[in-house]
Amino acid sequence: MNILTLMYEFFKTGLFSVGGGLATLPFLYEMSDRYPDWFSHADIADMIAISESTPGAIGINMSTYAGFRVAGIPGGILASLALAAPSVIIILIIARFLAKFRQNSLVEGAFYGLRPASIAMITAAGLNVAKVALVDLNAYAASGNLGDLFVWKALILAVLIFVGQKKLKWSPVIFIALSAVAGILFKF
Amino acid sequence: MNELLDLYWTFARIGAVTFGGGYAMLPILERELVDKRHWTTMDDLRDYFSIGQCTPGIIALNVSTFIGEKRRGVRGALAATVGFLTFPIIIILLIALFLTNFAQLEIVQHAFAGIRVCVCVLILQAVLRLWKKSVVDPFTLGLYLAVFALNAFSGLVLPFKIPTAVLVILAGAVGVLVSGRKNRGARKEGEGK
Repeated sequence: MNILTLMYEFFKTGLFSVGGGLATLPFLYEMSDRYPDWFSHADIADMIAISESTPGAIGINMSTYAGFRVAGIPGGILASLALAAPSVIIILIIARFLAKFRQNSLVEGAFYGLRPASIAMITAAGLNVAKVALVDLNAYAASGNLGDLFVWKALILAVLIFVGQKKLKWSPVIFIALSAVAGILFKF
Repeated sequence: MNELLDLYWTFARIGAVTFGGGYAMLPILERELVDKRHWTTMDDLRDYFSIGQCTPGIIALNVSTFIGEKRRGVRGALAATVGFLTFPIIIILLIALFLTNFAQLEIVQHAFAGIRVCVCVLILQAVLRLWKKSVVDPFTLGLYLAVFALNAFSGLVLPFKIPTAVLVILAGAVGVLVSGRKNRGARKEGEGK
């Protein structure tokens, strides 16, 4: 029963997440709120990190990892297949009608609205990770001092990574590895 | 049969070396499928990507399904898609098995706290990359801000949180309405002249 609920949730995620793997994030946060024993918000942030440093599309990595957390190895495999199923079905239909699909002004109009909506939801997901990584609400509540609200060493690291990625154009994997080392050295 | 296996194995190999999701996949696909195997053209590949970007699901998967379908119909599509999924699933399962034992260690927790900072930056950069093609005029900017506010804060202001799926459907509907009115406006202007 638990596995069926899991597959249903990931099928729904696959059906409604438009715009790539990160678009699955808001659905994962929703799932975490609805089924707190599946995975926590902090777990989702860890999943993103693992996804970024391993091969494959981020959405698939997330469903495998979340599925494993809920129901072991079968959970991981079934959640991934459930996530993939709706897009396979839809692409098979589109492939048959490709020429018509491209010229349809209704479809064009829908995408005109969907694109900004999808990056808005990715932004909101980023804010959720930032709340865990860059901000310390407990320290702020305890001292009432605004300077305690931000985790300053984390903010400095964030700026360094941002500038470093712009200038150096290394793979994200390298920056993730370096951030892990920084986290260990400076006790994040 | 041989071609199905070939499709499966080609996409399994591509899936094993694609880090960072769909956007990182394009150069690899170009080399493997256009230059080496001549299974598709660069123009078709770009079209598959642009459709994959605006249809539900993972972009890289959508592209695998498209090319599999083009080669061998439905069975080809399934072979390519399952091929693409194979190594990522195996690798994540291994990591998940391995990490359940180590996630409690203090050193691992410090490492992940550092990694989370990096993830914030990666998401910010993904948003900046997508911004240009998505937020193209005042309407799309307004829609971006509205969806962001509803997605991030509706749970704080309203007694309930608006489900993400509802936001996606609404955004698509609003897009159809506004672009439809724009097109009619443009046509009327053309007739006036």
